[in-house]
Amino acid sequence: MEWIDFFLLRDLNVRMVVLGSILLGIGSAAIGCFAFLRKRALVGDAVAHAALPGVAVAFMLTGTKSTVWLLLGAAVSGWVSMVAMDYIVRRSRIREDAAIGIVLSVFFGLGILLMTHIQAGGSANQSGLDKFLFGQAASMMPEDVMVFGTVSLVLVAVIVIFYKEFKLLSFDLDFARVLGFPVRMLELLLTTLIVLAVVVGIQAVGVVLMAAMLITPAAAARYWTERLPVMIILASLFGAVSGVAGAFVSYIAPRMPTGPWIVTAITMIFVISLLAAPRRGVLARIYRHRSNQRRTAEENVLKAMHHLAEKDGEPRRARSMEEIRTRRQIPDRPLKRALGRLRSRGYVSPDGDGRWILTPEGSRRGERITRLHRLWEVYLTDYVQIAPDHVHDDAESIEHVLTPELEQELERLLNRPASDPHERTIPYH
Amino acid sequence: MIRDGATNGPAGTVSPSPLEVHDLTVSYNRRPVLWDIDFTVPEGSLIGVVGPNGAGKSTLIKAVMGLIPLASGYVRIFGRELEHERRRVGYVPQRSSVDWDFPTNALDVVLMGRYGRLGLFQRPRPADIEVAHESLRKVGMHDFARRQISQLSGGQQQRVFLARALAQDADLYLMDEPFVGVDAATEGAIVELLREMRRQGKTVIVVHHDLQTAPEYFDWILLLNLRLVAFGPLKDVFTDTLLQKTYGGRLNLLSEVAELMKQQERTGRDTM
Repeated sequence: MEWIDFFLLRDLNVRMVVLGSILLGIGSAAIGCFAFLRKRALVGDAVAHAALPGVAVAFMLTGTKSTVWLLLGAAVSGWVSMVAMDYIVRRSRIREDAAIGIVLSVFFGLGILLMTHIQAGGSANQSGLDKFLFGQAASMMPEDVMVFGTVSLVLVAVIVIFYKEFKLLSFDLDFARVLGFPVRMLELLLTTLIVLAVVVGIQAVGVVLMAAMLITPAAAARYWTERLPVMIILASLFGAVSGVAGAFVSYIAPRMPTGPWIVTAITMIFVISLLAAPRRGVLARIYRHRSNQRRTAEENVLKAMHHLAEKDGEPRRARSMEEIRTRRQIPDRPLKRALGRLRSRGYVSPDGDGRWILTPEGSRRGERITRLHRLWEVYLTDYVQIAPDHVHDDAESIEHVLTPELEQELERLLNRPASDPHERTIPYH
Repeated sequence: MIRDGATNGPAGTVSPSPLEVHDLTVSYNRRPVLWDIDFTVPEGSLIGVVGPNGAGKSTLIKAVMGLIPLASGYVRIFGRELEHERRRVGYVPQRSSVDWDFPTNALDVVLMGRYGRLGLFQRPRPADIEVAHESLRKVGMHDFARRQISQLSGGQQQRVFLARALAQDADLYLMDEPFVGVDAATEGAIVELLREMRRQGKTVIVVHHDLQTAPEYFDWILLLNLRLVAFGPLKDVFTDTLLQKTYGGRLNLLSEVAELMKQQERTGRDTM
């Protein structure tokens, strides 16, 4: 029952790994929110890949696997890659996406080259370097956790201190400049924080997948909230949860690389967010779309019944479905469903003989839709100067979206016209 | 280092102009897009910057705000360098210059107008929040203070940007195309606001693309087409001859030369 041991946190090593993963997740997700909002998602990816040659060089120079030295190497080469990208964009005609691509592949290629060289050299210590590719959370030592903890604390503290500046920078860079903020310095600071987050993260997640730890929590969190502070907190939470998930797999299967598992966990959180988030999620959008469609169908039925009443002057007469269909082609089942919904809301009532009667409420609403349709046709022909035979289709969709305020505005603007371009009377209350 | 604006005599005798632009030239990739612009803005005026597409109207505003480097010339705000007078300048960028799907609400955006008065680390104070509310009220957007900005209409977003500039509580305002893509109600609200600002003695410079409404909205006009065609009171400047000069013709000599310089730059690089 290894997994129980894991979650009871009895083992000191487990406690270290879990703590380290949580700290990592929080730090990188929080700073990742700003990279995400500034549309610099790929920069984190490039920096992570660019950290690899630094790790290799640090190992070759010092001959040790000591975390501090290797991370220092990673930080230096990550930072150099940032400067290189910035320089390319500002000093040449190459655009940012191409600059990111160039820097990422050149640095990563160099890293792989050096790693291969180290392994070919058969150095006894080399095996520990593999974990920088895909990550190995289980190998975290107490001193690693100390480093992670410190870095995460620094990340969070700097974000709290510079929250206002980072927000302004992410939303409107030019305005920050106009207000006199030291924009270059602040950008450099943000960049440095991203390098820091990446550098400590690669040991657990690996350089290849580190970008997912920066960006995916932010992307997932964005679905749930419209407020930046909430987004940052949520992203940190998602980062921490996926960090623990990766650490757990690393614990029960120590030979398993942690990075892919952490990324799998955070990706699941992202997919759930994408689907199920209340307003921005896919399901919510589908639901909104469906309910709009339903409302449109209902209004079309009411409008058709109102037209029939207009024609024979008998608003209280029961209409069969066939009769309704002479005014509007609606397939059988959607029509039945629409009538059922209209009934439950008191717009129509059945006559017990398979036919339907408009209630006073239903009459009013059918009349309103008719009015909106005809007013809009008048507006299009008179104000926008569109030929009368071109305006019907447009009015068919506009009649369902006009608000009461716009309706009043139209009536006022057109001076309550008596009839539409097709000489039909416009009904007013 | 402060260079003397030098047009106003000894300090204190005449109050310096809100904005003096002297011999300003701006280039993109060494291709000049504004040539030798010279003008001095009178205090308390409502100025429309008018010219055809690609005339450099926005570039002029950005150059004045220090957002793009000057190839030559200088800009003086109330007789001093922008650096020293930032608090007296309000800025309304083009609405399309930011991503409105940012997780924040209208009040928060307007509060950004106060950030220039807060130090690093400092959070907005209750007084700043009060100013932000007041600014939203002035543009008729107070009911939308807590509304997520992506849910505002184009006109409402524009009004939020105006409110943010009002919250800057400046004396000179530069606005880049505030009338683009707004509804009639917003257009009316902006015009009313501009007039109110003039009554309070503020100086407002507005990039405007609509020749029809320009004479109605502004009392000074700056005609621009890569160079300054004319600058002065409406009745002197808004004439057929000068408008013809601004809009007429196809490529004028300046843009042809600019095109040449751009090509030379290209071939120059290719042969390097």
